[in-house]
Amino acid sequence: MPDASTWDWNPGKREVQDVGSWSDKFEWVEEFHASPDGEKVGAVVKTGEMEFTSCVNGEAWDEKFDRVFYSRFSPDGRLTGIAQSEGEWTLCVDGQNWPEMYGYIWDTKFGPDGSIICAVQQDMEYGMGVDGVLWEKFYENANNFSVAPDGKNTAAAVQVASTPQADIDLFQKGLYSVAVNGEAWDTVFMNCYTPVFDAESKRVACQVRRTLYDYTIAVDGKIWQREFQCVWDPCFNPVTGVVAAPVRLGGAWTMAQDGEVAWGKTFAQCWHQQFSADGNNLWAIVAPSFGKFTVAKNGDAWSVVSPVVVDLAVSPDGNRAAALGKDGYDYSVIVDGNRWSGSFAMAWKPVFSPDSSHVAAKVEKNGSFTVVLDGKPYSEEFDQCFEPVFSPCSQKVLIPAIKDGKFQRIVANVSDF
Amino acid sequence: MTFDRKIEDVGLERGVSRLTPERIETTIRSVLEGETGAKLKVYAETCMHCGLCSEACHYYMSHDGDPTYSPAGKVQQTLGEILRKNCKVDGEFVYQMAQIAYTECNLCRRCVHFCPVGIDTGYIMSTMRRICHKLGVTPQYIQDTAHSHSATMNQMWLKDDEWIDTLQWQEDEARDELPDLRIPIHKEGADIYYSVIAPEPKFRTQLIYQAAYIFNVAGVDFTMPADPGWDNSDMCMFSGDFEMMGRLKKRHFESALDLKCKRIVMGECGHAFRSIYDNGNRWDGWDMYPIEVIHSVEFFWDLISSGKIKIAEKFKEPITIHDPCNIIRGRGLMEQSRKLAHALCENVVEMTPNLEHNYCCAAGGGVINCGPPFKNVRMTGNRVKAEQLKATGVKTILAPCHNCHGGLEDLVHYYELGMDIKFFGDLIYELMEKPEVE
Ligand code: SF4
Ligand code: SF4
Repeated sequence: MPDASTWDWNPGKREVQDVGSWSDKFEWVEEFHASPDGEKVGAVVKTGEMEFTSCVNGEAWDEKFDRVFYSRFSPDGRLTGIAQSEGEWTLCVDGQNWPEMYGYIWDTKFGPDGSIICAVQQDMEYGMGVDGVLWEKFYENANNFSVAPDGKNTAAAVQVASTPQADIDLFQKGLYSVAVNGEAWDTVFMNCYTPVFDAESKRVACQVRRTLYDYTIAVDGKIWQREFQCVWDPCFNPVTGVVAAPVRLGGAWTMAQDGEVAWGKTFAQCWHQQFSADGNNLWAIVAPSFGKFTVAKNGDAWSVVSPVVVDLAVSPDGNRAAALGKDGYDYSVIVDGNRWSGSFAMAWKPVFSPDSSHVAAKVEKNGSFTVVLDGKPYSEEFDQCFEPVFSPCSQKVLIPAIKDGKFQRIVANVSDF
Repeated sequence: MTFDRKIEDVGLERGVSRLTPERIETTIRSVLEGETGAKLKVYAETCMHCGLCSEACHYYMSHDGDPTYSPAGKVQQTLGEILRKNCKVDGEFVYQMAQIAYTECNLCRRCVHFCPVGIDTGYIMSTMRRICHKLGVTPQYIQDTAHSHSATMNQMWLKDDEWIDTLQWQEDEARDELPDLRIPIHKEGADIYYSVIAPEPKFRTQLIYQAAYIFNVAGVDFTMPADPGWDNSDMCMFSGDFEMMGRLKKRHFESALDLKCKRIVMGECGHAFRSIYDNGNRWDGWDMYPIEVIHSVEFFWDLISSGKIKIAEKFKEPITIHDPCNIIRGRGLMEQSRKLAHALCENVVEMTPNLEHNYCCAAGGGVINCGPPFKNVRMTGNRVKAEQLKATGVKTILAPCHNCHGGLEDLVHYYELGMDIKFFGDLIYELMEKPEVE
């Protein structure tokens, strides 16, 4: 991950870029994106008739394209865009193209070491590429693209054999598997979903559908002993390597680990589970009863409920969690089972400070954006703001924001809120 | 009642060949005892056999009052027989049950309006389909569609890149007409998440073009996602594969929630709406949809009534308007669809019957997805709709639903009605004031 300790953490506000002036330079300017350190702002811009490129801090890339989309900053602050020239595609990174052109690339992802991963279609076959190096073997179809924590290993659900149109028999015998770095498992299934790597970036677990009715989890191609009415995305315990997944039994949901039911309670729904970094706590979004969602820690649900709960975040020490509640049009932030006062037109996934003591979230109210920290909004509202980042010492918050056409970088003290 | 209309279908035949008496009995019991609550029992016990529902059903009406096509008759031949035989039925019966439930009922719920005790035959037929799905006895083509949903999260076997490519291709096409037009792909925080059903990128790309044109002129802040979840449709709800229905809706809603959009606007489709606000959402445990869903009939009316889209010239020819069951009986959009129709057309000729009592297109409920073997079932089973259309004396039909479009097109052709069928999007795009382009 980028070393945030090298960033400028001097408190105060600094204007980085007059983005308002961009519209004088370009025919149009698309959505703005901010680099994680708040030092750069970029957007796709139209430079002429059917001519597009990206602009970063006011400087347009030299090369122009027929189209640029999926503009993203990498964690280390390089702007990427998927670019099309003469019907072929490449990834352009800070103005430099990957060496090859492809039939199609999309779904850009990033590794902590700065690697850039894309889904690739080449000659109507599908696979993945890491820094432009493609899997040796491509498939008739691939989806559910996944990257290991090391940013080097990749996996996807792949179709390993062809089927004539509407051959339901062949489909039900199994045509899908998981390819890890392009190599498919020996076993095939009706469907495979959401392959995920362990903390070591070696083992892979995924949801499999064995028959029309039986679902389970496969780890490195081997299935759990037991089948379920349905399962959701599995995840690995980062310390023990145990695999946890929500499972449906008798019409209710609970958590299973390595094929055995692990929680004594059942729920109307249970999903988006996440282990704490020390592996001791397993958090999940659950619905204790129909239509009422909340967060559970090791199966014990908070008492506060909302019709919808999304964006579960677990603190670095693993003892705290935060999520968003949604009731009608109103979003709220729920931390440690308590709802912050105030509701928002939109809220983004909460962020914990490295020492787990503070929580911040980007929110929108009445068309303006700001950051709320430990329940208290920042003194200023913006036309646009980006998600907050805590300093390594946990005492400061970086808020990149745009106001009155100026992209600014604000470092606020936690005590300023 | 005799069942003398068996149709050969690879899926049904293959499925039945694998059944054993034990599997049939345990499967039926598991669904009836484990999945259906008091509702089904009450329905089964309260039907008075009064027959008031018969004339509600287009199949009954189109088959000259054959009681085996009446809603109560269809229940008798399926659930009734199961209850009478205490779940001990044979493979031949399962074949018949599947054919009735999948292809002789559109789950249109017209009959509910006519039953004095409110029996929902559509629900009962859905439950029969659920049993058939669990027995592996489903018509080949709808099962293939369900497989497509499971493998690609869309019903047309579209691969991830083909979807994005189609959006970009439509954007290019539309830029010839409106150079500044954008289809913003995967734009976080857009007000509107626009979702469509997979036949749009596959066959009816002009609908994406037109929607993009309308939204751009109206200044709508919208996005279309780059990832699977973009297809709001759901044939698994109709095949009885509720687990896959839940998976599809989870993906659809989470795609919009992750993009931090405020509302989903969906294209002119009916059944997807049912999956979103009634069935799929609830299987996932949400009491209502987790993010507001607006049908394009509502959204278009909004754009026109607020003046964001102005109509340059109304459609002059007389036009009639069809009422898709899922958005009319299901969502109550008859008022909006009429306001919209009158805002666009000079002469709207109502069908008889109309509004919530309008006849079904006979394509919905997954029936058209059962494919070529059952096309005649839809054609002979909906003569009454053809007569109803013909009686309007007009040459153009407005139908804000993909299934209705498909079904009505087939009917128009089969009964040689010489009528043209339009979506609201077609008309708005055609009639709206268009900005001058240098
Ligand atoms: S097709 Fe419609 S009217 Fe006929 S039985 Fe089914 S739900 Fe009732
Ligand atoms: S109208 Fe209702 S009570 Fe009468 S036969 Fe039909 S389903 Fe039964």
